[in-house]
Amino acid sequence: MVNYDLEKRRFVIGGVAAAIILIYIVRLFTLQIMSDDYKKNADSNAFLKKIQFPARGAISDRRGKLLVYNQPAYDIMVVMSEQWGVDTLDLCASLGITEEFYKKRMAEIKDPLRNPGYSRHTQQLFMSQLSAEEFSTFQEKLFRFPGFYIQKRSIRQYNYPYAAHILGDVGEVSPTDIEKDDYYQGGDYIGKLGVERYYEKQLRGEKGVEILLRDVHGRIKGNYQEGRFDRDPIPGKNLTLTIDLELQALGERLMEGKLGSIVAIEPATGEILCMVSAPTYDPRIMVGRQRGKNHLRLSRDPMKPLLNRAIMGRYPPGSTFKTSQALTFLQEGIITPSTAFPCSHGFNYGRLHVGCHGHASPTPLIPAIGTSCNGYFCWGLHYMFSNRKKYKTTQEAMNVWKDYMVSMGFGYKLGVDLPGEVRGFIPNADYYDEHYRGAWKGLTVISISIGQGEVDLTPLQIANLGATIANRGYYLTPHIVKEIQDEPLDTTFTRKHYTRVDRRNYEVVVQGMRRAVEQGTCRSANNAWYAVCGKTGTAQNRGHDHSAFLGFAPMENPQIAIAVYVENGGWGADYGVPLGALMMEQYIRGKLSPESEKKAEMFQNKRISYGSQSR
Amino acid sequence: MAVNRGNPGVWYSLDWMTILIYMALLALGWMSVCGASYDFSQGGDIFSFSSRSGMQIVWIGTSLLLGAIVLLFDERVFDSLSYIIYIILLGLLAATPFLAPDIKGSHSWIKIGSFSFQSAEFAKFATALAVAKFMSTYGYSINRWRDFIITVLLVLVPMGLIIAQREMGSALVYLAFFLMFYREGMPGSVLFAGVSAVVYFVVGVRYSDEPLWETPASVGAFSVLLLILIFTAGMVRVYCKEKKTVWRLLGYGGGTTLLALLLSKFVLPFDITWVQLAVLLGAILYLLYLWLGGRVKRYAYIASFAALSMVFFYSTDFLLSRMEPHQQVRIQVLLGLKDDPRGTGYNVNQAKIAIGSGGLGGKGFLNGTQTKLKYVPEQDTDFIFCTVGEEEGFIGSAGVLLLFLMLILRLIHVAERQPYTFGRVYGYSVMSIFLFHVFINVGMVLGLTPVIGIPLPFFSYGGSSLWGFTLLLFIFLRIDAGRNRLKR
Repeated sequence: MVNYDLEKRRFVIGGVAAAIILIYIVRLFTLQIMSDDYKKNADSNAFLKKIQFPARGAISDRRGKLLVYNQPAYDIMVVMSEQWGVDTLDLCASLGITEEFYKKRMAEIKDPLRNPGYSRHTQQLFMSQLSAEEFSTFQEKLFRFPGFYIQKRSIRQYNYPYAAHILGDVGEVSPTDIEKDDYYQGGDYIGKLGVERYYEKQLRGEKGVEILLRDVHGRIKGNYQEGRFDRDPIPGKNLTLTIDLELQALGERLMEGKLGSIVAIEPATGEILCMVSAPTYDPRIMVGRQRGKNHLRLSRDPMKPLLNRAIMGRYPPGSTFKTSQALTFLQEGIITPSTAFPCSHGFNYGRLHVGCHGHASPTPLIPAIGTSCNGYFCWGLHYMFSNRKKYKTTQEAMNVWKDYMVSMGFGYKLGVDLPGEVRGFIPNADYYDEHYRGAWKGLTVISISIGQGEVDLTPLQIANLGATIANRGYYLTPHIVKEIQDEPLDTTFTRKHYTRVDRRNYEVVVQGMRRAVEQGTCRSANNAWYAVCGKTGTAQNRGHDHSAFLGFAPMENPQIAIAVYVENGGWGADYGVPLGALMMEQYIRGKLSPESEKKAEMFQNKRISYGSQSR
Repeated sequence: MAVNRGNPGVWYSLDWMTILIYMALLALGWMSVCGASYDFSQGGDIFSFSSRSGMQIVWIGTSLLLGAIVLLFDERVFDSLSYIIYIILLGLLAATPFLAPDIKGSHSWIKIGSFSFQSAEFAKFATALAVAKFMSTYGYSINRWRDFIITVLLVLVPMGLIIAQREMGSALVYLAFFLMFYREGMPGSVLFAGVSAVVYFVVGVRYSDEPLWETPASVGAFSVLLLILIFTAGMVRVYCKEKKTVWRLLGYGGGTTLLALLLSKFVLPFDITWVQLAVLLGAILYLLYLWLGGRVKRYAYIASFAALSMVFFYSTDFLLSRMEPHQQVRIQVLLGLKDDPRGTGYNVNQAKIAIGSGGLGGKGFLNGTQTKLKYVPEQDTDFIFCTVGEEEGFIGSAGVLLLFLMLILRLIHVAERQPYTFGRVYGYSVMSIFLFHVFINVGMVLGLTPVIGIPLPFFSYGGSSLWGFTLLLFIFLRIDAGRNRLKR
């Protein structure tokens, strides 16, 4: 009794089975092949990426003195999805914080604007840089606070209270830092100022990562694939600075109670031997949890101690600028070393008068540099700008002049390896055309020849002028880092930049600067040990004159070129020359003579009153 | 002795194809249990008896032994002992709730010393034997009410006893017998109506809270009413062979629904299920018109199918809505629609992540993270298919599904070649049970069917289920091996 009609039903049943399996295979295809969201989901479920922080590179001075090193500190981290049932009062008491602070921090961590990389399942920084004692009391109670972890970190320590502007400091990354470079996560540290910021990539090293497997209850179940994908942290590179710490320390001593800057450069290499900016601060206050408070205090100080005046201050160079003018006029054939100009207490042309102090007249170039004769350089610029045989227009002469200035490193950033350098200002023809609506001539802008008027330089640019003269015609880009561990220095720091002026013309200016020390304005810098070349500067401004000095020594094979700039210090000879002389002595002789030491102490205690105006 | 007489023939007439598929599934199943129970932090030996993968080797070994023992019997033993076996197992099932301790609310595990087993797993083959025996009695006809009711009762009694153990999933497996009834002559419309009712209920309840395309209608009601229209049209197609009527129903009905949907979405939001209701009423009236006009009775049946479908859906909907919320949840949990300690869809979502993360080729043996780190629940029993998906990828998991399809098609083939009704009925019962397990278990893991906790044959960890499935299959193989006795 076989029913053939019913027998056909096996095809229906088989078809249903096949259809079910087919639908499931299509579903598998969409889940497994069409989308990799599931893969990412599975990974974020299972993998706990534990960051391992590298040690930041240490920093030492040119003689190997350790300036900056690391010290262990402890960060408290929190995983939001795990912190259930935490006794908030107990936690606050253990950490010595208020409940308001706790609530504020928790809200900040969850705020996507302040903390762009936020995830409920990863460690977020709750509190940073606990000291060893704070840490040990907390660690005993840690088991009571699920979701809270301790992350060992290192903080910066400074051996000396000097060179704050150069070294800079390290702080927590800002949201913009995280946006710019996805290497960083909330709570990471980054160089904020100085070398710490400029050489951040070298100093920070490379974070390592350990990929751990985490089960559904958050328990760690070992390393993913026996650690095959783990990466060890690569420690940061050590830096050796070009700074001579003792020279830097002396400079900071001498500038106490004053505003201004001292910059010294080794002419042959462009290495910056010291870079003092006054007022300064002790870098050790910018460490740990008090950094924020101190930073705020310094940033509100009207004397702007955070400003690195050596590269950010724009000053009229005053008479130190005359050396560059002499070089330009000689090279352009406007004058020869024997050309003499009259000066009767200044430069007089029609109703125009630029004052000068009393000295023999007329005077040729070398004594003119020696006595810092204003008249001489005004005449020089006048003859240059009105020379219609050589230049068709005043504008053309102006631009030739500007090219000379630029070739000496003015008007543009020198490219020092520190953040925040400014370019100063050197006017060109277009600038004056706009300023005077085309109606101007050499006499209109005559004050630029004596480093006044529109000309602005940074102390670094003035010091670099000294290095260029010491080298008789070229400079190397000034730089602050001498060596990076296992890494060659940037080639921009080893290339010579020649100016538009020939060596023989430099020799003339060197003689003039020697004359200034022997019998001119810089007599107090003269000494029996080595031949100093120098040039004073007294820059007029709204208040009391600025006192400046530009010099180098020894005259042959110079070891140091220096610029001193003391705001409202009066005559160049009042502060500039003696401070410059002391600095050169310290560097060349390695110490100060007893008389010099006494002098240094006297200058250290001198205070200039600046009133309370903001600058 | 009866036991030995047919033996030389068994070796030659045994269906080796089925055994090969069975072995392959066992091997793949063991690999999956290894993957699911492996612990990264402890590493360890997958062959050690302290691990689940090691224990599974014991279950596999004893299962093979059990299979061999079954093959030693004369196939007529099963025919003659079927009622006795059935009654013994019914007794065991009835006693289980009293003997078994409470494990997560279920009383289904009988403990004997340190050994425990689930009686429900063994009731399947016993029921299949009893049903086969009854249906092969002389003069039996499934279309006779008395015979059909007794047959259904043979299935419903063990089912009820298992529900009493609070093992809803295992009980639902007995619905698989209706597929076999269909092969044996039960009208297809009964099966179809039954399946329709389940679909209406599950779809209606499960998606009742999901808004349809941001309109006031719910996905559940919309889908069910649309299904009623499609099923009705399908029945017209099958039973009346009137293509014109089919197209009229689908064209006008579907078109109106679509138009209403667009109107509701873009012009004026309103509940379009009212439009669907009107469409269905129109369809019913049209069918009645055809019945009265052409004196074709079948139209009247189809019209009443459509009407009853609507009545069924709205009455369940009405009953559910009158219940307290916690009662609704209890029903949904009972149906496996809600099994979410950590929020809606957590388990199924983790299962999908596990499978989806496998990609084309999988993460490799013992390299799955979702399953081993316990993101997937019940990762070595009910959700074992996640491990296959994660570690073996699309290639592996599609391969496993195809292997199951091969087994089912092979069982249909073997069942059809049985000379006696007894063997055929038993064979279709085995096939239907396997198909039901694969359908529900894999569908649940893939997020397509409700979460009903039943094992995947030969894959899920555990001795009871493996022994149960092995007994089920090998008794059929033994019966099949005796098919040539007639000719002798």
